[in-house]
Amino acid sequence: MAGVTLKIGIVGIGHGRFGNRSDATVQELAFEPFKMAIENTENLQRKDIDALVVGSVPEYHMQRSLPGVVAEYVGMNPKSTWLTEAACASGSAAIRTAYMSIKSGLHDIVAVIGVQKMRELSTQEILALMGRVGDVQWESIFGTTFPGYYALYANRHMYQFGTTKEQIAMVAVKNHYYGSMNPNAYFQKEVTMERVLGSDEVAFPLKVFDCCANADGAACIILTNEKNAKKFSDSPIWIEGLGSASAEMSMLRRPNLVEIPSAVEAAKQAYAQAKIKPSQIQVAEVHDCFTIAEIMAYENLGFCPKGQGGKFIEEKQSYIGGKNPVNVDGGLKAKGHPVGATGVSMIVEIVKQLRGEAGKRQVPGAEIGLTHNVGGIGQYCFVHILRR
Amino acid sequence: MPFKYFGKINFTPYTKVDAFADYLHKGRLMGTKCKKCGERYFPPRADCLKCINDEFEWVEYSGRGTLHSYSKIYAAPKGFEDIAPYTIGVVDLEEGGRLLSWLKDIPENEIKIDMPVKVVPRIFEEIEEIKLYYTIEKR
Repeated sequence: MAGVTLKIGIVGIGHGRFGNRSDATVQELAFEPFKMAIENTENLQRKDIDALVVGSVPEYHMQRSLPGVVAEYVGMNPKSTWLTEAACASGSAAIRTAYMSIKSGLHDIVAVIGVQKMRELSTQEILALMGRVGDVQWESIFGTTFPGYYALYANRHMYQFGTTKEQIAMVAVKNHYYGSMNPNAYFQKEVTMERVLGSDEVAFPLKVFDCCANADGAACIILTNEKNAKKFSDSPIWIEGLGSASAEMSMLRRPNLVEIPSAVEAAKQAYAQAKIKPSQIQVAEVHDCFTIAEIMAYENLGFCPKGQGGKFIEEKQSYIGGKNPVNVDGGLKAKGHPVGATGVSMIVEIVKQLRGEAGKRQVPGAEIGLTHNVGGIGQYCFVHILRR
Repeated sequence: MPFKYFGKINFTPYTKVDAFADYLHKGRLMGTKCKKCGERYFPPRADCLKCINDEFEWVEYSGRGTLHSYSKIYAAPKGFEDIAPYTIGVVDLEEGGRLLSWLKDIPENEIKIDMPVKVVPRIFEEIEEIKLYYTIEKR
């Protein structure tokens, strides 16, 4: 049980191409970043890996019980494998359980694969499925949708704080700007403010360009403890803080519709464990499933005061060179959001940033990074703080 | 009038607050009240969040409230395409609690957050089967 005091670090990363991946099955998608992560981890052989945690939302796939098929396809049998599900935060939940399993001394080296193949379903089926992440007894019966829920947040935020539709659109402009520098992103083209504001309505006030795209994709990381880490990497990236919290399933029982309470709580826990203040975060990956979600994330993570998220983007504080650069890989908005893969993809990007391997979108000298992964409409939130 | 008749599409036909639909059919909007600590719930709950008690009674709600937020849904999920676009709203009820439903007969330029509204019990007339619901209207 000596392991309990040892730090946990990330020694290898892999990231597949996100987007329309009608060229591959879900296990074939999972194989891509798994292979890259093993190659990325010096001196690591597949047989050294103790366990495989899969983060995914099972309802999207025809194949049931995903860890079974993924473990077989990547050649992990007979090692331990399991699934974690926390809606769009399933990937971060997987990382949290991997961390626990190493910290407890049960496992030494763990691979986490976040994977999702959403496009086996039609857009209407996805809208119905995602709408049912609200309360199905009292809400979904009125045809609620995922964008619809965030639209309720957006309208209330605009009303209460004077946030403007232009400020909200600026999030899309920024994230597509950085997405244009990310070869793994679904959309690699910049967009103008006019294009965002002129796009088709989805759920007023949110338009097509306010919404992330349903996508297919996978990402993988290899974790181990301090004792093993040096064997595999000269520059392990340490997990210094972990926060995890939940909020009411039903919007109707939330204290307000202007913040994600689970994000506020998870951030508080992660900052306390890492002994870090929000102002020290040099690069962040936040859950911009919709543009308004990124604005609330600035506030909920303490990058700016409550209600000032619109101003924060308007002043370009979330660009490289601003107070807290956010989603400089394009975010969910430009990368696409294969739900189970997203939390792992966020960690991969932060590891690249902290290793100084982010290329054109590198935040100069970044040493401390954060991920903020929201499940559902805030029913779950996981915050991880990483340090070089 | 069992709960399965509540909603255009009902996902939860069996519930301990089954009588809600029967009251709604009679034009009454009901919430629940914990018999032990007196906490009130809308949407109704059979079990008390506050004191972990499982005995409740029904209490009537006036349906009066204010509009907390709203959204006009253009991209509708499966089963709702035929009525899109439609505007959903969240109401802060006068007696406490919240409700989500469709806005009815409120011109778009008159929709304002925090405006006074009333909740009206309704039966779908366009559908052959009996389907109960409620709407959010001006007051």
